[in-house]
Amino acid sequence: MTAPTCEIRLTVNGEPVSCTVEARKNLVDFLREDLALTGSHVGCEHGVCGACTVRLDGAIVRGCLVLAAQCDGARVETIEGLSDSGEIADLQAAFERRNALQCGYCTPGMLLTAQELLRNGGVPSRAQIREYLSGNYCRCTGYQAIVDAIEAVAQARNGGAR
Amino acid sequence: MRIAEDTPPTLTALDRPNSYIGRSVPRPNLARLSQGRAQFVSDVTLPRMAHVAFVRSPYAHAEIKRIDVDKAKTAPGVIAVVTGPELAKVMTPWVGVLTHLKGIKSAPQYPLAVGRARWQGEAVVAVVARTRALAEDACELVEVEYAELEPVTDAETALDPKTPVIHPELGDNLTFERVHTAGDPDKGFRDADEIVETTFVFGRHTGVCNEPRTIVADWNPSEQRLTAYHATQAPHMMQNLFAKHLGLQEHQVRVVTKDVGGSFGIKVHTYADEMATVALSKLLNRPIKFVADRIESFVTDIHARDHRVKARIGVKRDGTITAWEIDDLTGIGPYSVYPRTSGIEANQIVNLTGGPYTCPNYKARARVVFQNKNVMCQYRAVGHPIATAVTEGLVELAAAKIGMDPLQIRRRNLIPDDAHPSQGPSGIKFEALSHHASLAKLEAMMDYAALRAEQERLRQQGIYRGIGFASFIEVTNPSAAFYGVGGARISSQDGATVRLDATGAIFCHTGVSEQGQGAEAVIAQCVATSFGVPIERVRVIMGDTDNTPYGGGTWASRAAGIGGEAAWQAGKALRQNVLAVAGSILQAKPETLDIRNGVVVDAANGAERLTLEELARIAYFRPDTLPAGVQAELVATRHYVPRAWAFAFTNGIQASYLEVDVESGFVKLLKHWCVEDCGTIINPQLVDEQIRGGIVQGIGAALLEHCVYDERGQLLNGNMADYLVPMAMEMPDIEVGHVVTPTADSELGAKGAGEAGTAGAPGAVMNAINDALRPLGAKPLTDMPFTPDKILRALGKL
Repeated sequence: MTAPTCEIRLTVNGEPVSCTVEARKNLVDFLREDLALTGSHVGCEHGVCGACTVRLDGAIVRGCLVLAAQCDGARVETIEGLSDSGEIADLQAAFERRNALQCGYCTPGMLLTAQELLRNGGVPSRAQIREYLSGNYCRCTGYQAIVDAIEAVAQARNGGAR
Repeated sequence: MRIAEDTPPTLTALDRPNSYIGRSVPRPNLARLSQGRAQFVSDVTLPRMAHVAFVRSPYAHAEIKRIDVDKAKTAPGVIAVVTGPELAKVMTPWVGVLTHLKGIKSAPQYPLAVGRARWQGEAVVAVVARTRALAEDACELVEVEYAELEPVTDAETALDPKTPVIHPELGDNLTFERVHTAGDPDKGFRDADEIVETTFVFGRHTGVCNEPRTIVADWNPSEQRLTAYHATQAPHMMQNLFAKHLGLQEHQVRVVTKDVGGSFGIKVHTYADEMATVALSKLLNRPIKFVADRIESFVTDIHARDHRVKARIGVKRDGTITAWEIDDLTGIGPYSVYPRTSGIEANQIVNLTGGPYTCPNYKARARVVFQNKNVMCQYRAVGHPIATAVTEGLVELAAAKIGMDPLQIRRRNLIPDDAHPSQGPSGIKFEALSHHASLAKLEAMMDYAALRAEQERLRQQGIYRGIGFASFIEVTNPSAAFYGVGGARISSQDGATVRLDATGAIFCHTGVSEQGQGAEAVIAQCVATSFGVPIERVRVIMGDTDNTPYGGGTWASRAAGIGGEAAWQAGKALRQNVLAVAGSILQAKPETLDIRNGVVVDAANGAERLTLEELARIAYFRPDTLPAGVQAELVATRHYVPRAWAFAFTNGIQASYLEVDVESGFVKLLKHWCVEDCGTIINPQLVDEQIRGGIVQGIGAALLEHCVYDERGQLLNGNMADYLVPMAMEMPDIEVGHVVTPTADSELGAKGAGEAGTAGAPGAVMNAINDALRPLGAKPLTDMPFTPDKILRALGKL
């Protein structure tokens, strides 16, 4: 018995990709195994931990809850793309300054989630930041440093208001 | 305030000789982690690599009657299907005992179950295929016929004569027992005005590392060498174990850790499925990769705690504690975990209970029993959360009984700061602690009086808030007393090799490893400071047994205190070597020279004499210009192990402030404070973040995390939707303060800080909940995790 496959064409971090994928393969496994984009991580494999967070057509999704086959014609962005474009350079710098990552396994997903929150505009309260991150699991930091870093970037992006 | 703290202080060479000690230097490995450019073992792929998936026992206890692999063997992409008896020919079994835990016993454990499966999730058959998905497909085709046996699940009845014995050859289900009496506990209880007695329960929970356990084993028959890319905390320990059980010499094995996605004690043990992966690589002569999925992680990553402690305390009406007694029972699954054993946690509980206090009258018993559940072993803060919650729970219940403020009873009984060296009731030795200074600092930080007033005011409005404390001690910087004396080949010493390269930069190879704590930064800080270069010029190499000095790795809060000291001494030694060369080039006495900010200078006035680049150029490329007989030695190695004290005990105190919704039973954490004393602080930011992360891990144990088993030994909540972990929304902001009492056992004076948060948080949260509910007459809650239903039951609402 051979697993059924599909042909897909999509753009990943701005690069066109066309591939034959197993119909059952999820997006994060496709990114990691077929495209060797290993910055997105697999944590729980059922949509709880957020380590596999990637951007699909402009909005973040769980890479483990989307099938690669569903991404035909889509625009996918990962931590590699957001890093190379400089879009989240200030967030990354703030995470590094504040030691808002320890083992770093959750960090790519955490950064994509944070960027989506900040793209909504304004300076969210600490409680709002915590709520927005509530689908991203970090075992190391206890979250406070992550909230601090995101809060600092939100303030800096809004004219440095304290 | 937070944003100001966001930027580490400016670094200046003027602060020498301590330029980087005490500074929040950013970690060199952060950018690759934040840009998705890290390499975790789960990212590793090798030529000819195949993947293994395991058929695991669906039963907690069963005889394996028959295994039929025929269909699986012919499934697409399958390379091999291997059973327990077949793999036992490749790898010898192991037994998790240590000689210093007198009487501890366990049975041989094999990479795959042989004859009997003894917990739900134990690997029974290995399927190796081209991809993980194909291996899992073929697992479905393996037929295993089991005869289910009566499972032993309740630790309370594990020793009953009627209960089946899990390993008949051992005679009973008792793994280990320790009894300890000190002082005169009977007299202590007779002298007490009040005796408080209760039973504390600590539910099983587990590590839930964000990156599951993972290994890529690569046996190369052409070199007769095994390279294991292994997400482990202890590379040299694993090198020894892989070699020993494959019948190889240690030099035939290389362990490389890569980046490690969280560990917390989970990744410092021997796992049957990882050993099986290594054995399969040897058997099949190709690289084999195993990445545990989340369900496998829940049923095979070591579980933690699972203790029932009957405890009592005697107290006089003036607050003097007169006696302690504990009776601990813990269930550890069917095997004592190799090589550290599953007896250490119970042993620690006996060692640590009552530890912060002067009362010497102490009676303790700890029993460790086998059961048919997943194995239990050392997890972050081993034993401390239990000993601390029991001790501090008793202290606050006693205070409530005699109507004394919980800080007052501690002031009356904590070992005075000027009474050291001292010892705890179990005989553990303390070099120097600061309980009272820590308590005073905490009281000021939290504005205790104002908080009590607020609590009282809100109670009038029907809002129930609680304040709870936990004083604690923490074992750090372990000497050979921890494992080495018991016969385990787990190094307590660590080495560092530093090398001046040809352009004046420094390479430091260290035996400690990195799983996110920041050891890489700390080692760089130590070397940069003691040698005298800007930290940007220090490159740290770790996590590779071919390329680092022999060492223990990173666990038991040892990396900074032990690995840091070795690096500090190695930097100093290299400085002497380099100044000897500089003296010869400059025709100056070496003792009149110094290295500052990467330049050889006159020690007296700091005037620049020679750059390191120039010195290295001469030493490496024009040694012919050096005087006859002068040989530059530009590599230095030093080792360090604590000798004066078996452990560098740290201490501190935590406080939790929370609100209990008495209608729903939900607990809202409002704030948490910790003052701790880890001696010299090498990197304040990293210490604070270890404390914060540790506290949240302890909060998880107190409120959320629980591996729930049914009476058949089936784990009912082995996934992240049903097993709750701390998430950002429920966690409080945490304030951290410090008292600094360096250890005199090392020049740096640094003790460990990795586990203090986890040690104290559960007890503080428990005490805060009970403080909140006391005016309502609730029965004290002592059964972790404190879920809403338990709180409503205590209030008589369920």
